[in-house]
Amino acid sequence: MVPRSIYFVLLASVAAASPAAAQQGGGAGKLLLTNGISTVEGSSGGGLAPWAVISGNETRDGFGAQAAVTVVTLPDYDLKAFSVAVGLRDRLELSYARQSFDTNKVGGALGLGDNFSFDQDVWGAKVKLAGDAVFGPTWMPAIALGVQYKKSLDPLVARAVGAHERSGADLYVTATKLILNYSLLVNTTIRATKANQLGLLGFGGPNGTQRRVVPEASIGYQFSRRLVVGAEYRRKPNNLAFAREDDAWDIFAAYGIGGHLTATMAFADLGSIATVDGQRGLLVQLQGSF
Amino acid sequence: MMVLLSILLATAQVAAPAPQGEEAVAPYRVDPANAGAKPFSGDRMARQFGGQPGIRRIVDSFVTSNFADPHIGEIFKNQDAVRLRRVIFEQFCYILNAGCTYTGRDMRTAHTNMGVQQADMNRLVENLQRAMATERVPFAAQNRFLAKLAPMRSAVVQR
Repeated sequence: MVPRSIYFVLLASVAAASPAAAQQGGGAGKLLLTNGISTVEGSSGGGLAPWAVISGNETRDGFGAQAAVTVVTLPDYDLKAFSVAVGLRDRLELSYARQSFDTNKVGGALGLGDNFSFDQDVWGAKVKLAGDAVFGPTWMPAIALGVQYKKSLDPLVARAVGAHERSGADLYVTATKLILNYSLLVNTTIRATKANQLGLLGFGGPNGTQRRVVPEASIGYQFSRRLVVGAEYRRKPNNLAFAREDDAWDIFAAYGIGGHLTATMAFADLGSIATVDGQRGLLVQLQGSF
Repeated sequence: MMVLLSILLATAQVAAPAPQGEEAVAPYRVDPANAGAKPFSGDRMARQFGGQPGIRRIVDSFVTSNFADPHIGEIFKNQDAVRLRRVIFEQFCYILNAGCTYTGRDMRTAHTNMGVQQADMNRLVENLQRAMATERVPFAAQNRFLAKLAPMRSAVVQR
């Protein structure tokens, strides 16, 4: 269940952001799309990897915010993420995401019951340390440091699959640059994590109890001010004994609508999840920002 | 005496009368390097911008939209539009290697006390993008040009 308050914040921010902006075709603030989209964990970035950009449309002279609904439809599961994030002076980002994972028929097969779904909260903080993703010297990317504290709301699931803990914190450092000369957005993220399937299946397990350092990467080509098409890759640990965990990747297209709305569609491959292979499908996100 | 003489000579070199229709500015050393970026080599970029006529149309609509802008028009209110059109045209034409030299001031001096903030700079970029799009400059070429301007941010935006 997603708390009503999240819907409210989301709708309010989208409603507040849209009409005035559409008239002026953008309004003052960040350049179109440079707040990124919202990851399934709530931080601004791509869909999978956080970037060294700060959520919302404001620059270092103000406060901004964004909210997003993300739905990933897989052959055997569905993942929904509702997230909000505020950006303070284009320096600090605080985010919250509620993830809801629906096991559909697999739940029944595992004895959890059909359409068994379990949730996770992700609290994030990110600080931009140096650089800029667009301006300044080409060789100097924006660099940010972040943390995502994740807590399962269904501790039984983590225990049942053999995870060591029901909560954990990911630490990451990320560098992002839009290389204007080639219209290319490049991002690299290094994450230290012990999360199983983003933390939905708990943290740590028989094959590993410590944080593992895993790379993530995003690349995007800017076709126009409004359209970016690219791909992402995210390596994941493989801590559990009962099921293999694969790396995730996607190809995406993000489109900026009127400066305060971004629609994203991606084909995402999340590999094998809880013994069921071939979990690839469509990711759709609608994000509002101001 | 020699020092004084050379100062006099240097001043004489730059204290040319303001071109017609322009307000006078404090004397400065004329140097194309004031443009703040090395020009492109070859004529590909110049062609993609429609040569000098295309660049002139882009600069005209860029300057006009900045003066009329609801967000940043205020900053331009007290600027010399005639001079601005000339020096920005020279700067763009010079950087795009379309056969001009730049005779304006360096970016830091030209933007002193204008109070430009990051959001204003972004707005400026959007206005320029719109002007380039109207002139049908391919988006990749627009970005290549912006790549020359992006490093100037620290000279333009006030801390």
